[in-house]
Amino acid sequence: MAEPIRLLLNGALVTVDDVAPQTTLLAWLRECRRLTGTKEGCAEGDCGACTVVVARRDGARLAWRPLNACIALLPSLDGTAVFTVESLRAADGTLHPVQQAMVDCHGSQCGFCTPGFVMSLFALYKQAGAATREDVDVALAGNLCRCTGYRPILDAAQRMRELPAPDGWRGPGRARDGSPPAAADEERLAQQLAALARPDGLDYAAAGQRWIAPASEEALAAACAAHPEAQVVAGATDVALWVTKQHRDLGTLIATTAAADLARIGRGPEGLAIGAGASLADAFAALDETFPELREAWFRFASVPIRTAGTLGGNVANGSPIGDSMPALIALAAQVVLRHGATTRALALEDFHVGYRRTARAPGEILARIVVPPRPPGLLLRAWKVGKRYDQDISSVFACFALRVEDGRIAHARIGCGGVAPVPARARRTEEALAGRPWSEATLAQAAGVLEREFAPIDDMRASAGYRRRVLGNLLRRLWLDAGASPRVATRVGDLAATGEAR
Amino acid sequence: MNDPRGLPAAPVEHAPALPHESAELHVAGRAAYTDDVAEPLGTLHAALGLSPVAHGRLRGVDLAAVRAAPGVVDVIVAADVPGANDVGPIQRDDPILADGVVHFAGQPVFAVAATGVTSARRAARLAGYAIDPLPAILTIDEALAAASYVLPPVHVVRGDPARALAAAPHRLTGEVRSGGQDHFYLEGQVALAIPADDGGMHVLCSTQHPGEVQQMVARALGLAAHAVVVECRRMGGGFGGKETQMSLFACVAAILARRTARAVKLRLDRDDDMIATGKRHAFLHRYEVGFDDEGRVLGLDLTLASRCGFSADLSGPVNDRAVFHADNAYWLPDVAIHSFRCKTNTVSDTAFRGFGGPQGMFAIEAVLDDVARALGRDPLDVRTVNFYGTHERNVTPFGMTVEDNIAPALVAELARTSRYRERREAVRAWNRSSPVVKRGIALTPVKFGISFTATHYNQAGALLHVYSDGTVSLNHGGTEMGQGLFTKVRQVVARELGLPVERIRVSASDTSKVPNASPTAASSGSDLNGMAAQDAARKLRARIAAFVARKLDCAPQDVAFRDGFVHAGADTLPFAEVARSAYFARVPLSATGFYATPRIHYDRRTLTGRPFFYYAYGAAVSEVAIDTLTGEHRLLEVDILHDVGASLNPAIDRGQVEGGFLQGWGWLAMEELCWNDKGELATHAPSTYKIPTSRDWPARVRIAFWPEPNREQTIHRSKAVGEPPFMLALSAFHALRDAVASAADYAVAPRLDAPATDERILAAVEEVAARAAR
Repeated sequence: MAEPIRLLLNGALVTVDDVAPQTTLLAWLRECRRLTGTKEGCAEGDCGACTVVVARRDGARLAWRPLNACIALLPSLDGTAVFTVESLRAADGTLHPVQQAMVDCHGSQCGFCTPGFVMSLFALYKQAGAATREDVDVALAGNLCRCTGYRPILDAAQRMRELPAPDGWRGPGRARDGSPPAAADEERLAQQLAALARPDGLDYAAAGQRWIAPASEEALAAACAAHPEAQVVAGATDVALWVTKQHRDLGTLIATTAAADLARIGRGPEGLAIGAGASLADAFAALDETFPELREAWFRFASVPIRTAGTLGGNVANGSPIGDSMPALIALAAQVVLRHGATTRALALEDFHVGYRRTARAPGEILARIVVPPRPPGLLLRAWKVGKRYDQDISSVFACFALRVEDGRIAHARIGCGGVAPVPARARRTEEALAGRPWSEATLAQAAGVLEREFAPIDDMRASAGYRRRVLGNLLRRLWLDAGASPRVATRVGDLAATGEAR
Repeated sequence: MNDPRGLPAAPVEHAPALPHESAELHVAGRAAYTDDVAEPLGTLHAALGLSPVAHGRLRGVDLAAVRAAPGVVDVIVAADVPGANDVGPIQRDDPILADGVVHFAGQPVFAVAATGVTSARRAARLAGYAIDPLPAILTIDEALAAASYVLPPVHVVRGDPARALAAAPHRLTGEVRSGGQDHFYLEGQVALAIPADDGGMHVLCSTQHPGEVQQMVARALGLAAHAVVVECRRMGGGFGGKETQMSLFACVAAILARRTARAVKLRLDRDDDMIATGKRHAFLHRYEVGFDDEGRVLGLDLTLASRCGFSADLSGPVNDRAVFHADNAYWLPDVAIHSFRCKTNTVSDTAFRGFGGPQGMFAIEAVLDDVARALGRDPLDVRTVNFYGTHERNVTPFGMTVEDNIAPALVAELARTSRYRERREAVRAWNRSSPVVKRGIALTPVKFGISFTATHYNQAGALLHVYSDGTVSLNHGGTEMGQGLFTKVRQVVARELGLPVERIRVSASDTSKVPNASPTAASSGSDLNGMAAQDAARKLRARIAAFVARKLDCAPQDVAFRDGFVHAGADTLPFAEVARSAYFARVPLSATGFYATPRIHYDRRTLTGRPFFYYAYGAAVSEVAIDTLTGEHRLLEVDILHDVGASLNPAIDRGQVEGGFLQGWGWLAMEELCWNDKGELATHAPSTYKIPTSRDWPARVRIAFWPEPNREQTIHRSKAVGEPPFMLALSAFHALRDAVASAADYAVAPRLDAPATDERILAAVEEVAARAAR
């Protein structure tokens, strides 16, 4: 009990033993460490003003990832290296290329969002090679700027590569040929982090709150069985908002983040088994190998920092009707594996969510993994999200269509929908309207009518019920235009934006 | 002066494009904002208790649980305000804390001070409210029906619009709405009040108007103005949202600081900030227009009704400015403009970049687009035939002669460089063969009046010190919110004194240095403060030149200041050396500067006169694509030609053009404020209120400046640039309308309100298709 949190902060070892575990990294940086470069803009991971970069051991190397400090709970950073904007400038005052590029391109106006942009760009800088506009938009999807219109920041994302690269961990992390670095102080950092590893997990308590982070799935299952009343937390991309927005005292939290084996992703005859602790980014990368049609949907799932902090298991277990992973997983016939102590059981994902934010998970039970069956032959797969904004938004409607077309007929159809019911839902009536019918415009138009009537969505600030219904049906019409119609017609406004077609 | 294309013959000279004065601090995380300043020992943190009801009699608040909560030191309600419980900038109708009646859901009712931020915020949620609900008016329509106004309606009439309408060959009526907009400055409202030893108060506050905070805090505490000092080094964005809205929070912090004799900080979290602070006014625009076969407007009857919220705040001047911009760049011969300032049980709406101008222009651009579509003409042709003339047809509905009209030439040049006509044909050809994705294109102009309509605000002061080592400290009444004001004014002073900018240090806006400063608003910051600082610099330069001339026995006019040196005949002396010897010779090395804008006057009662010193112009061509299955849309390509005169800093001006444009696109196409039927704001965080992200910046953008200095004697012949570019985004809104119209083969004019969300686009597409089929 009562082990201190240990982390590297801007390269120096810090131990913490007196800060409540439900303190956010941002509050700790600003209030306890007086590192005020990291800003609070929203306290919910939507604006990016609080972005820091976290380095973790990834095999022999380091993985550098942006993180929203406002919704990261401090103990989750145990054993990591946290870098804030203050660390980028060299000791002699020389700005980092990311910073200098922002100055050169006039990328700051009021400057309040700027540290967050600098850190998101630094995380991009640490990745290989040149970045396309798409890469930069993806990297910056979680950073809001209200002043510049973004053009100078987009320019800075290119300019930063043209400036002389610094040595050491501030450097790009990869050589021009894409090979990993041999920088001595990156290796030193990795060694320092290795020394902070905790084979037995972390059990931290302060100010009447407790943080239990078991080091294995087995230990996690045991801890949850022993503390069935405790809230389980993974990436905290939602749970932290209960702290920052509702000011709740969550008592004891059991964290999945230290259980390395829970983050494992494996392939076998039963398909792709994604450990519940795998980050959304890793899970999506694995899914992408088998189901590349889903890529756009994954890149529109929140932002890079949220996808690297959040887990697929967390998204599923949280059970939000607008969680964007579930409609696709339902269409892919995914199963969830639940574990209580040493006992496991499997359940179809569509049966896991039993009501608005209620799941079939029993007290003391953990979500162990999500199993996606192998890709069936002849699969026609599409997933589309419609929201008020392309990037970093919550779906008004999300639909995933998984059809098997054989000899001009729809042999089988599975449709997962989000945003239209209290739970992520399967559109069974529409599936029936498709199955066995010819793969034709008429079939899909008729089924679109069924899909429009299948759910009873609500009116809210994102969209009206009528719009959700209409769009859901129209996405099925889009499916035909995108995958069946000949000659192909343009169906996506984004294609025009990207290709220069407008001229 | 014009060549055949309408371009001025002589090129314009811009000042250097230096980086923002704080750029290196911004990128390193070293720039300190109000919340970053080290807090005095024992600083308390405040939080507000907000009304859960939109309208009701406040019988009382049960604060027992609040007072008993851990860490709580003090709690105040309206009765605890020692002085005036009011922060109304013009009318006295804005209570700091609700007194007797609550006027909107989210109105501050009480405030708590505690030892930590979280303990204060937790405690603020523990109150029990005893409120007897009253009927709430939530919408413009309800307010108009009930004749519920914060200020009396205003009517501006010229000629005989009724007769002109009756005689016109064509007539149209229409109605269109534009939504509100949250400022979404990244830095929320914040104030830190520190009691002074003599009973006074020192307030650090994120504000565009330190002088008003000073007055309000003094009033609330019952102090004289000189007992309150307000300071602001920089804001993390303002956009009008910190022109009046910060006063309430500064007063709460100051009252709690006075009572507890401790420093008190009030920093709103994002949700409270969005719920409890005013926004851009939503408008209902109704019109009847009469026009000829070419689309020339002959008569117009226009109603502009805005939702002002529960109090007047700046709604008077905001709505005046909407009236003043309902002509945009167009001659309206016989015209009536009716302005209704609706009182609703919602947060009191306030200044936001453009200050009513965007809403006025929104109306006339919608009218002209409808006229063009009714006639089957290119909307650009209809806009062009309606432009103000240069010597005739050049008087605004409020009686100001437009003396500097460059709109026709500027628009013609942009149409040429953007290949508008060719692209419009290409868009139509594309649409014929694309059943789902439709493209649209539009060109709209901007003519924006520069000056505060409150004439007395058009003044500024500056304070300049030269130290004996030759370095300079600059202070002026303006505030820095990211717009680059401090950078520009520093460059102005550097130019006067012939010094590199590094020798001039800009310092925090401070009511004890420059008194009675106007808000930094109305795009006027550099016009006013640049001139005031130049005045101060010239006084110092003249004193130093006279000293050098005496010393070196030459004429003062032969003394030149260049590159850090003072040149006098054959002699060249480092400025630092001159400063040092001037000090020893007891030459005063501190000066104040002052400026008052000339030529402006206007009658607030009749809304007539010359409220503006000059106009800033611009125009944009935007091209968009829409998805007729989902209503999703994207901005594809933008060409902008904007008039900044002789730029004080082209990089900063470009930043204002780009940032203003995208913020305007957010207002018109993305950002939707939703209230439920209880009057509660449902979109109070970035999870639900969506401002543009980097992807929304189009892939193809060309920006150029109109190559002509300001014809008026402004600072270095520059033009104001803060607000005008915001309205360039109207081109993108009209491109959306064009794309929607294509869904029914341009047979009918779309009905499209702003913001044109995906949902509204889809509804408009389906509506034009249904109407065209009838």
